[in-house]
Amino acid sequence: MVQFNLPSNSKIKKGQYYKDKTGSKNIRKVNVYRWDPSKNENPRIDTYEVDMDNCSSKVLDILNKIKNEIDPSIAYRRSCAHGVCGSCAMNMNGKNGLACTKSHSELDGDIDIYPLPHLKVLKDLIGDLSTLYKQYESVEPWLKTTKINDKENIQTKEDRAKLDGLYECIMCACCSTSCPSYWWNGEKYLGPAVLLQAYRWIIDSRDEDRKERLKKVADELKLYRCHTILNCTNACPKGLNPAKAIAEIKKMLATA
Amino acid sequence: MSSYKIIDHEYDVVVLGAGGSGLRAAVGLSEAGLKTACVSKVFPTRSHTSAAQGGISAALGNMGEDDWRWHMYDTVKGADWLGDQDSIEYLCKEAPAAVLELEKYGVPFSRTEDGKIYQRPFGGMTKNYGNETVQRTCAAADRTGHAILHTLYGQALKHNTEFFIEYFALDLIMKDGACKGLIAWNLNDGTIHRFRSHITIIATGGYGKVYYSATSAHTCTGDGNAMVLRAGLPLQDMEFVQFHPTGIYGHGTLISEGVRGEGGYLVNSKGERFMERYAPKAKDLASRDVVSRSIAVEINEGRGIGKEQDHVHLHIDHLDPKVIEERLPGISEASKLFANVDVTKEPIPVVPTVHYNMGGIPTNYKAEVLTVNGSEKTVPGLMAIGEAACVSVHGANRLGSNSLIDLVVFGRAAAKRAAELVKPGMKHDEIDKSETDRCLDRFDKLRNSQGSNPTSELRLSMQKTMQSKCAVFRSEKTLKEGVDEIRKPFEGMESLSVKDKSLIFNTDLVETLEFDNLIRQAITTMDSAYHRKESRGAHAREDFPKRDDENYMQHTLSWCNGSKTKINYRPVHRSTLTNDVQYFPPQERVY
Repeated sequence: MVQFNLPSNSKIKKGQYYKDKTGSKNIRKVNVYRWDPSKNENPRIDTYEVDMDNCSSKVLDILNKIKNEIDPSIAYRRSCAHGVCGSCAMNMNGKNGLACTKSHSELDGDIDIYPLPHLKVLKDLIGDLSTLYKQYESVEPWLKTTKINDKENIQTKEDRAKLDGLYECIMCACCSTSCPSYWWNGEKYLGPAVLLQAYRWIIDSRDEDRKERLKKVADELKLYRCHTILNCTNACPKGLNPAKAIAEIKKMLATA
Repeated sequence: MSSYKIIDHEYDVVVLGAGGSGLRAAVGLSEAGLKTACVSKVFPTRSHTSAAQGGISAALGNMGEDDWRWHMYDTVKGADWLGDQDSIEYLCKEAPAAVLELEKYGVPFSRTEDGKIYQRPFGGMTKNYGNETVQRTCAAADRTGHAILHTLYGQALKHNTEFFIEYFALDLIMKDGACKGLIAWNLNDGTIHRFRSHITIIATGGYGKVYYSATSAHTCTGDGNAMVLRAGLPLQDMEFVQFHPTGIYGHGTLISEGVRGEGGYLVNSKGERFMERYAPKAKDLASRDVVSRSIAVEINEGRGIGKEQDHVHLHIDHLDPKVIEERLPGISEASKLFANVDVTKEPIPVVPTVHYNMGGIPTNYKAEVLTVNGSEKTVPGLMAIGEAACVSVHGANRLGSNSLIDLVVFGRAAAKRAAELVKPGMKHDEIDKSETDRCLDRFDKLRNSQGSNPTSELRLSMQKTMQSKCAVFRSEKTLKEGVDEIRKPFEGMESLSVKDKSLIFNTDLVETLEFDNLIRQAITTMDSAYHRKESRGAHAREDFPKRDDENYMQHTLSWCNGSKTKINYRPVHRSTLTNDVQYFPPQERVY
């Protein structure tokens, strides 16, 4: 029987413990994945005791509090702080989500914060999304039309409604990085985030390239690695349904 | 000083920032065949344009008669006559074509019954020179900015724009008063990059984070504005900071003006629709400065809601839930998440919240950066667009939905002008090493700070000072105190503490560089406000309650060297661009 071992530098060690210094009676332990590429050390889990009496409601508020008051070296992406920019996607108590919209009251026990699963880690909670961005580019996310006039395209309300549930995607990658198929074949399988975007252009009534777009994704690896596990739909912090979009693409191909 | 690995690049044009205006410029430049780099500290779709909700203004006339001249009048009046009317004419005249272009790019606009772009009413937008409400604001539900940003990123990909993503810009490279490019730090691998370019276009957005409570993203730190100050150039009209009437109480999240456009209204603790008293005609759809001041007065006079009587309520529970679901889905979600409110049943607690900077880098309508030397002159090689720029089309107060149109109209104008000025492949000037040394000196000094003041503490002190001394209402007393107090966090940098010394994704250092940028803008904002002794638009002085056209039909210019500022003025442009429209002379501003 073949034995598989993780490379020694990927083993996660116990890190520093930061005891509360405020004297708060309402403490929560927050465990955060740390890895610094400039040091030749293994990743570690640092634990912070956080005073919850003076902390706003979201997980991002906890991280900001740690960075501002306890340990400024902790690295994570964040920007809009209300769930529209998609920067602060991470794994919290085992589930992907946006730190800025996830209430810590919904998490039980100690809080474990990790980067999005199965990405190359650049530092601490910052994952490398460059593969996903290249895949996004590959579906040519722009309107293809040969109409040249200075009037707007007419689109019925019904046709426009077909884009609802698709155009709202914020590219946070919570779905793709929760998908076992994407973990396994991430280089070749486009994954739920990108397929949802592919479908957004396929189904746009103004686009004249539907056939070509379908042909391009109709590939054993790019599309059919989706095995309807539905982790994607479960993970989406915007309540979108990438699995359904993928199913729609498969249906269009089957009935074409 | 530590030694840094420097990588050199040569481009015809470098765009700094990848939000709505930066991307639109990049698309135009790539189309014109210019070798273009777009440098951004965040991935393009993370830019703050994504947070714009209500819509983008243009006199398309899809929902009743409209005319770009009416749009121009509304913008001039909204700006309280501080806007340059040549630029405003350009904005409003070009707006319809710019929106149609976005539609062709693929923006998923909401639609009318006959399949055209849906337009909604918005604050200050009227028919026939102030007569009645018009539907001029084109919307993609209440996610218009998000839809536009993602579409523009797609267009940039289509045109093969070269992106440098997660690069933090440090300083401009200047030579004999002209801009020759910029220096940036690559967060991904810690290297320093020197971009030489014939034209540098700054599109870095606003600096809302000088305040404690703002709808702005954490990344809205006005990095380009500060680079301009460090290059010895002035910023313009910095005292004009827009407070959005409806940020969610306690959290600051934006609730779109589109909510009031669709029929929402404000009430005080007595259940009164108080806007009827302050703006009898426009009511809840008066311009933002007027509504924010009205809310502040209601709260100050004891008619606020809640335990502390410190906010008011925004109602949409009377609207058809179907309308809410179709046109305001995003604000329903935000209200649930951040105020725990079901908008179909309960009102949203709101309070005026810092939202937009009318001030910024002075430019003409071609996006060329201006300075003064006796009279106005342009700075060769430097352009600015979007919220970073002060064109000035928004003057003393911006109308809602005029910012998104500003991004695309002037993003396009900048690309057009650059294509006139630069021929592909022109030779680059030699740059003296001293520019790089000066920039890396500052970088290295901040990185190796071993003092006792954490950046977060200095930032908090700055934010609290701005919030209490430079708010909706201002006076000689508060501003004088503010002018003194705001220098303390700057002085605190003498003994700064930066713990992380690494170069890859060192966000401790990023936040420190951002603070260094913010504090300079906080100082110029406070000083500019102190020196403007009148009330105009968003700048409301309790001790000078009237507008003073005799002395202040002028743009404030402020230079900043360390904590020292120099304040000067340049006259507002009192003519239009063409004979298609006549100059609108100052009038009393009532809604």
